[in-house]
Amino acid sequence: MFKKDITAGQKSKVKSSVQRGIRTKVTETYPLLAPHIDEIMPKKEQLDLIKLPDRVSLYALHSTPLFFQHMDDALLPHLTLVHRYPSCFPRIRIDRGAIRFVLSGAALMAPGLTSTGGRLPNPNAKAEDEKYGKEELETGAPVVIEAEGKEHACLVGVLKMGTGEMKEKKKGVVMDAGHYLGDGLWKMHLD
Amino acid sequence: MAETETADAGSSGLMVRNVVYCGVCTLPPEYCEFGGTTKKCEEWLQQHHPDMHAKLYSAGPPVYPPPTQRSQLTTVAITEVLEANMASLSVDAQKRAEKDAQKKAAKAATQEAKEQERKASAMVYIKRIERNKRKYVTAVSGLEAHGLELKKVAKDMGKKFATGASVTKIPSGGEEITVQGDLSDDIFDWVLDTYGDVVPEDNVECIEDKKKKGAG
Ligand SMILES: [Zn+2]
Repeated sequence: MFKKDITAGQKSKVKSSVQRGIRTKVTETYPLLAPHIDEIMPKKEQLDLIKLPDRVSLYALHSTPLFFQHMDDALLPHLTLVHRYPSCFPRIRIDRGAIRFVLSGAALMAPGLTSTGGRLPNPNAKAEDEKYGKEELETGAPVVIEAEGKEHACLVGVLKMGTGEMKEKKKGVVMDAGHYLGDGLWKMHLD
Repeated sequence: MAETETADAGSSGLMVRNVVYCGVCTLPPEYCEFGGTTKKCEEWLQQHHPDMHAKLYSAGPPVYPPPTQRSQLTTVAITEVLEANMASLSVDAQKRAEKDAQKKAAKAATQEAKEQERKASAMVYIKRIERNKRKYVTAVSGLEAHGLELKKVAKDMGKKFATGASVTKIPSGGEEITVQGDLSDDIFDWVLDTYGDVVPEDNVECIEDKKKKGAG
């Protein structure tokens, strides 16, 4: 979604009623984030809306990007927010070999997740892999992508294929328009 | 940074982490190896976060080795750490990755050289313009070439000098900052005080625009 460098468009203040709506939507989409919502979006602070190219809206608090949204799709967290609250988002893991493709903006393919280095939700996961969940994720689910051997996530986006289907087919595009480390959204500065 | 390297406390979900980002490539340092500036990144990390550098690059367990390799990795040095990780790729993919990294590094190097050259030659002009008899405006141009955001700088100047400062378009297509008042010398000092680290003194010049009258 942000392969090219982007310049921030118009910035406007978010009305408090709209702001309340965003808070609700965020906590609905990411229930684990609910205990932190007051730190992330304090009720009394003013959220800003920044228009980005291709009908993407970015919500920011004091120049800190928080969530972005393509038209009316799911609200997705900026990666810096994911890094601060890693355990509050549904996440899966790619193997090491897939990292460089992700960081160059290529579509994420199923083998990167189904190989031995990858992790998908698994009801019988070992303790260290429990963070990748037990229940399958459906097509359209917003999800954070972590990487083998790395602590921090490298990609966030919406699944084009459910995790169950990935396990079955072991091929095909899993996510093609996400926000990844080093992309235009990552590099953009707000101030 | 202790918290940076702590594992997720299971599924508690009640953890907020402070994250360190690389001062060179902006990514979390563990991802520096995928950019084209790995060497610079390493130097930066060593300077700014030696403890993290030790974990990521030198002997000792890497921060998060894949479980299968954890045992072999506990006592190897950086190259070996990376090599061990590479071993999980096929030989072919390994070659490609290597080539990839080289290309990226070369590209980054030329880009940086160009950028340096451009910055070294980019002049900043502070020009006094007579608007009316004994009324002046000061136009500052060229700051954007040094990576400064004109809008922000204008705002700061306005505050600093308690005057009007705005970003205006110039006929040649770019933009410059127009400050109300004859402030050339003050702006000269302020620019160097504030942005001396990005704008070399030799690149800033005060000039006077003697429009109609005067000997020029
Ligand atoms: Zn780096």
